[in-house]
Amino acid sequence: MTTLAPAEVEVEQPRQEEDVRHDRPWIVIVWNDPINLMSYVTLVFQKLFGYSRAKATQLMLQVHNEGKAVVSSGTREKAEHDVSRLHAHGLWATLRQD
Amino acid sequence: MLEREADGGILLRLSREERSLLVDLAAQLRSLLGASPDDPSLHRLFPPAYEDDQDERAYRELAGNDLLEGRHEALELLASTAERERLTADEADAWLRALNDLRLVLGTRLDVQEDMLATSPETPELAVYGYLSWLQEQLVAAMSSGLA
Repeated sequence: MTTLAPAEVEVEQPRQEEDVRHDRPWIVIVWNDPINLMSYVTLVFQKLFGYSRAKATQLMLQVHNEGKAVVSSGTREKAEHDVSRLHAHGLWATLRQD
Repeated sequence: MLEREADGGILLRLSREERSLLVDLAAQLRSLLGASPDDPSLHRLFPPAYEDDQDERAYRELAGNDLLEGRHEALELLASTAERERLTADEADAWLRALNDLRLVLGTRLDVQEDMLATSPETPELAVYGYLSWLQEQLVAAMSSGLA
């Protein structure tokens, strides 16, 4: 028997969408809370990320006034490491892909 | 009260009562962490990292133990150095985290709201919370004076 239908060949599934997902950075978000002192949050941003006092203060004020701020970004591993350091300092931090 | 030295060390000028309060509070929180880690007043110490449950479980498995150990160590260091006249920079850093954990737990228990005035505390717990906030503010100011 024969057939004119083309033999089934393995076609590589398009991976473009997945690749784009992998390229998008992960972001670390710090959320406002009623307990952490504003001065403490500023100091933690300076200490953990090496930010200047001006930049750390600006991020702290964004958290305070807008409820949250993106404080760092990068690979998933880096973002998760940053979140765990923020958690060690008692800040309310989460990560997600941008 | 608290003053930063050139090498990052911190001079502690605290009364005997303050020092003994810090030792007691650190011991109480360590025993709560050990005996009932699921106590609702501790939930602010272990916030979720991920929205997704599976990712969150993996994060807990990876980082959870280190985070718990780090808290025990900082509280233990606070208690063991509470009588000192001077802290090294590393010890001051552990004090900062331990004081913050004490405030997070006490503040959660008291359901503290933003900008709550601690000037006329209505309960002993609020007075302790107010004291810890003041002490942490002093320590942050002393440590920040060494950063650009």
